[in-house]
Amino acid sequence: MHEISHYEPKTAFERWLDARLPIARFGKDLLDYPTPKNLNYWWTFGGILAFCLATQIVTGIVLAMHYDPSGGGAFDSIQHIMRDVNYGWLIRYIHANGASMFFVAVYIHIFRGIYYGSYKAPRELLWLIGAAIYLVMMATAFFGYVLPWGQMSFWGAKVITSIFGAIPAIGPPIVTWLVGSFTVDAPTLNRFFSLHYLLPFVIAGLVALHIWALHVPGNSNPTGVNVKEKSDTVPFHPYYTVKDGFAVSLFMLMFAVFVFFMPEALGHVDNNIAANPLATPAHIVPEWYLLPYYAILRAIPDKLSGVIALGGAIACLFALPWLDRSRVRSMRYRPQARLYFFIFIVVCLILGYCGAHEPDQQVIPGLAAFNIGDSSINSMAWLSRVCAVYYFAWFLLINPLLGLRETPLPVPESISSPVLSHPAAAPAGAAAAPEKKG
Amino acid sequence: MADSVAGASAVPHDTPDPGRRNFIHIAAITAAAGGVAAIAWPFIDQWNPAADTMALASIEYDVSKVPLGQQVTVLYRKQPLFVRHRTPKEIAEAVADDHADLRDPATDASRVKPGKAEWLILIGVCTHLGCTPLFGQGEWGGWFCPCHGSQYDTSGRIRKGPAPKNLVVPDYSFTGATTIKVG
Repeated sequence: MHEISHYEPKTAFERWLDARLPIARFGKDLLDYPTPKNLNYWWTFGGILAFCLATQIVTGIVLAMHYDPSGGGAFDSIQHIMRDVNYGWLIRYIHANGASMFFVAVYIHIFRGIYYGSYKAPRELLWLIGAAIYLVMMATAFFGYVLPWGQMSFWGAKVITSIFGAIPAIGPPIVTWLVGSFTVDAPTLNRFFSLHYLLPFVIAGLVALHIWALHVPGNSNPTGVNVKEKSDTVPFHPYYTVKDGFAVSLFMLMFAVFVFFMPEALGHVDNNIAANPLATPAHIVPEWYLLPYYAILRAIPDKLSGVIALGGAIACLFALPWLDRSRVRSMRYRPQARLYFFIFIVVCLILGYCGAHEPDQQVIPGLAAFNIGDSSINSMAWLSRVCAVYYFAWFLLINPLLGLRETPLPVPESISSPVLSHPAAAPAGAAAAPEKKG
Repeated sequence: MADSVAGASAVPHDTPDPGRRNFIHIAAITAAAGGVAAIAWPFIDQWNPAADTMALASIEYDVSKVPLGQQVTVLYRKQPLFVRHRTPKEIAEAVADDHADLRDPATDASRVKPGKAEWLILIGVCTHLGCTPLFGQGEWGGWFCPCHGSQYDTSGRIRKGPAPKNLVVPDYSFTGATTIKVG
C-alpha cells in the first residue's frame, strides 16, 4: 500500500525544509494514510494504547521527581507524594490505575488481533513486535509495582526473582545477581527503579516499529479481505482521528471512575505496610493482569515444570502466526474457530479467577468431592489444571488442526461487497458519498 | 425524485450545512482545550513547594547567643539568615548615612525593630545573583559579595557594585527580650 505522497510544499520555507528534513511530508502522509473504511470500534484500541503509554510516561516522569528510590526512603516518599506534593495523590492514582487501564486495553487489542486474524501473513512481524511490547509491558509493570516498597512490592519481587532460581545449577547464582544482595534488598530497589524508568522508552521505540510494520501492509479489517482498490479506504484523518478520539474520550471516562471513585480497588491493602523481610503477607497475589499466568504457574506441583509452563504460556503467543494454519483471516467466516476462541477467552478469565484464590480453596463452597492426586477435584488447583490444559491445547492443537479440518463460510470478494450486495440494508438517509466533506 | 418530495424538509439531506459542522468543530475543540487545561494545572502545580516544605517555613532564634560585633548565620527557609549584633559605632555609621546618595534609599531605623537597633536581621542573599556576602568586609564594613563585588554598609544597604537592592529584612518579630520568630 505504498501510496504516492500527496504533500505539496506551498511556501519557500516548506520547500527548503522538505529538501532537508521532510518532516512535514512525513506528518501529512501519516494523516492521509489510506485506512480500510470498515474498521469497527475494536480497532480504536491502538490509539487508546498510545494514549495509555503517553499517560504512563508523563505521570511517571513527574512521580520520579518526588520519589526516593533508596531502601530507607522509598516507602516514606510514597506517603510524601500522597499527602504533601501538590496533586501528588492525583498523579500517583493516575499512574497506578493507568497500569491497569493499559493492560485492559492491551488485552482487548490482543484478542481483537486474534479474532480477526491480524497476525497472518504478511503481518507476522507486526504481531511479534506487539507480543514483545506486551512482554516488556509486563516487566515494566512488575518493576513499577516493586517501587512503593510495601509488603506486596517486596514479596512480589522475591517470588518473581525466585522464578529464575528454578533453572538447574545456575539458578541460585542468577537470582543473587538479579537482586544484588542475599535476597531482595535496597540494591534490588535501585536497579528496578532504573529499569522502570528505562523500559517505557524501549516500549515507545517498539511502538514506533509496530506502527512502521503496520504501515507496510496497511491495517487488516473486520472482513480480513485485503484492500483491493482506493475506494476500499478512507484517509486516516479525519475519519480515524475522530473515531479514535471519541473512543479515547469514552476510555478516559472509565479511567476517571477508577482514579476518582475507586482508586485502591485494583491495589492490595498489604502494600500500605512497609516492606518487612521477616514476615510474608498471609495471602500474596500479583496484580490482576498477571493472574492467569500465576494460576498456570501454581497448577503444576513442580518448581521447574511450573516455571517452564509459565514461560511456555507466553511463548505460545509469539508462535501463534505459525500455529494457526487457516488461510481465512477473520473469524467472522470461521464459526468453529469462533466457538473455540470464545471458550479460550472464558478459560483465560477463569485462570485469572483461580490465580486470585488459594489453590486449596473450593470452587463450589461446601461441595464435598474426592481427591485426584494431591487435591480435591472441587479445588482451584484442579480448575486451574483443566483450564491450563485448554489454554495450551488451544494454541498447540486446536489452532493447527482447525485450519486444516474446518469448513469456513464464504469470504466476500472485497471490503465493499458485503455492504453493496445488500442495498436494502443501508440505513435510510445515509449519505451517498460519505468520504466527501460537507 | 418523486418519492423525496413527500418527505421534503427545509434542509434536504444532501445539502451541506456549514453552520452545524462549524458548531460541532468549535464545541469539540473547546471541550478538548478545557480538558487539557484542567489536567495541565496539577502537572504544573506539583513543582511548587510541597506541604511538608511549607510547614518548615518559620523558625525561632535566641539572639543573645550572638556576641557584640559579630554575626551568626542561621539556616532559614533553606537559605542563610544573618543575625548581626551591631556595635554602637556601626549603628552610628549606618544612621549617619541615612541621607547619603543611596541606590535603594532606606533609613537605618526602618530596617530594625524599635529599641532593638543593635540586632540587624537580614536574608543573607546578595540581591544581585544570590551569593552569600562576606561579613565585615568592603569599604563600609558591612558585607562584601565575593561573586561580583557588591558592597553593603552596616545596615545592609547596597552602596557599590552591581546589586540593585538592599539586603532583605525578613518578616520577623521579637517574641521575648532576646528571642525572635522569623517567618
